[in-house]
Amino acid sequence: MGPRFLLLISVAVMGLVSFLFTGHPELSWPLGQVDDYLLNILILAGINVILAVSLNIVNGHTGQFSLGHAGFMAVGAYGSATLTQINGKVFLADLSFLGNAAPTGLFVLSLLAGGVFAALAGLAVGLPSLRLKGDYLAIVTLGFGEIIRVMIQNTESLGGARGLAGIPPHTSLGWTWGISLLAIYCVGSLVNSTYGRGFLAVRDDEIAAEAMGVNTTRYKVTAFVVGAFFAGLAGALYAHFIGYITPEGFSFLKSVDVVVMVILGGMGSTAGVTVAAIGLTFLNEALREAEQYRMVAFALLLIILMITRPQGLLGGLGRWLPGKGGKP
Amino acid sequence: MNEFLQQLINGLSLGAVYALIALGYTMVYGVLRFINFAHGDVFMVGAFAGMHFGRWLKPFAAAWPEWLFASVVLLGSMLFCAVLGILIERLAYKPLRERPRLTVLITAIGVSLLLEYSGQLIFGAAPRGFPSLITSTSISGLGGLRASNIQLIVLVVTGLLLLGLHLIVMRTRLGLAMRALSLNPTAARLMGVNTNVVISFTFGLGSALAAAGAIFYASLYQAIDPFMGVLPGMKAFVAAVLGGVGSLPGAMVGGLILGVVETLVVGYSKLLGIPPGYRDAVAFVILILILLFKPSGLFGKTQREKV
Repeated sequence: MGPRFLLLISVAVMGLVSFLFTGHPELSWPLGQVDDYLLNILILAGINVILAVSLNIVNGHTGQFSLGHAGFMAVGAYGSATLTQINGKVFLADLSFLGNAAPTGLFVLSLLAGGVFAALAGLAVGLPSLRLKGDYLAIVTLGFGEIIRVMIQNTESLGGARGLAGIPPHTSLGWTWGISLLAIYCVGSLVNSTYGRGFLAVRDDEIAAEAMGVNTTRYKVTAFVVGAFFAGLAGALYAHFIGYITPEGFSFLKSVDVVVMVILGGMGSTAGVTVAAIGLTFLNEALREAEQYRMVAFALLLIILMITRPQGLLGGLGRWLPGKGGKP
Repeated sequence: MNEFLQQLINGLSLGAVYALIALGYTMVYGVLRFINFAHGDVFMVGAFAGMHFGRWLKPFAAAWPEWLFASVVLLGSMLFCAVLGILIERLAYKPLRERPRLTVLITAIGVSLLLEYSGQLIFGAAPRGFPSLITSTSISGLGGLRASNIQLIVLVVTGLLLLGLHLIVMRTRLGLAMRALSLNPTAARLMGVNTNVVISFTFGLGSALAAAGAIFYASLYQAIDPFMGVLPGMKAFVAAVLGGVGSLPGAMVGGLILGVVETLVVGYSKLLGIPPGYRDAVAFVILILILLFKPSGLFGKTQREKV
């Protein structure tokens, strides 16, 4: 399957799903009614897929270790909410030439804004990260995530520690899954392209890659920016899904959630990571009753997995799917 | 001026705690070349161990003088954490010794989460009051300076612990082996250094110091919860980087500097125009600046990567 073919499929599926679900979720499930609860989980799963796939390009394909993904998500969420909630009326007036489509137009703009803001933040994190490796990079990205959180907490115009409520609910299943397919396609074809071999080279042996003329710096920054862009989109979708965001929701633990998805799915395997993100979303819902045991079990799983199967539960699954990675 | 000295005292007692935790990071990095993410949570366990040990000991120790009771609790908690640290290394890190560093890092995050959430499961998520081991009194010094006796005790005992550590590292055979291992692991092994014993010893020593830091921290702030180790742990890591990872004096100085800077930023927030809410961001800003301009830290040696 060539990338163009995949793009066609993605667009077709995206169009179909959007057509089926936008606006009236309860009427459109082909197999009958889909209840709100399942719909919400499906949307959350889609958002998690975007987060996991975008983190995978940094942690999996490029071999860096970022622990600040929630920070980019926060930038996207607050960045988009600035357009639709805080300054919503002004922008809606500006877009009045669109007629009835004005709110949707603003939503699209806010998604883009969220992604672009987050990408800029990714650039800011990526630049100093060039000099650092492994553990140091992990701590610095973690630090950046915390700084972003503290900054939002102390900015009154963004609602401060109280959070920001009343964000218009625009996120539908179509939008979420459309964008997650886009993320899967973009990351997959980026990494599988000739250009993208550079990411894998940086991961496998940075010194050798540099000696062969690969501009490792540029690849690392690109990875950060692309990853942050999609994390920002995910944040924007999340904000317009939940309607109420707080800085606490984007803490270090949220980043860890995404890291767990990437590790379970197998770092560098887009397909594995996608499956893990969907699976973990459903598992989280199923284990809601046993909330306090859930994280203990995840932590144990993480340790045992690293000792016995460091390539992840689903690592190597992606050999015949886009974004194949992992070791052969 | 007076206010400045006052802030300095507060900052130094906080910095002493950071220094104690930072030593654990630095020592482990010295022998194993990896950052033990779970160190901050060993610190948390130290506080809870101290609390429960103190409660259990109280009926037996009714007649003891206060200082004896406090030191027994301190030593008990240090011993408990030393064992915990050694166990963590044996079970989680040792099987990964020759693996890529990323694998070890992820395992360390796993251990950290495991300690945090097991703590939450056992002790509950709500903050608990830490019993005062020593009756707090306020001491007035020259020029109206005030310090609590606990702050002064923390500073003095930290000094003693650091002296003890210095003696262990510089004057004992195990200390010599530790230094040899951090200088060149292969050569040390060839010279007959039992690396497993030395690594266990290092973990035990670092964890014991973290437990001491935890007892001090809990005595100063009197509230403990299962996630209390996350921020002090990360800040202590920053302190270790500031001083130069792998350098013991560096970790001490870095901890003190960080404690003082953090306290001063909060104390003079109006003057500096930084809201006090930014307290927790200070450490990370310092970290990023250090890594940008002097990645080897104040006392660290620059290491060139060899192909």
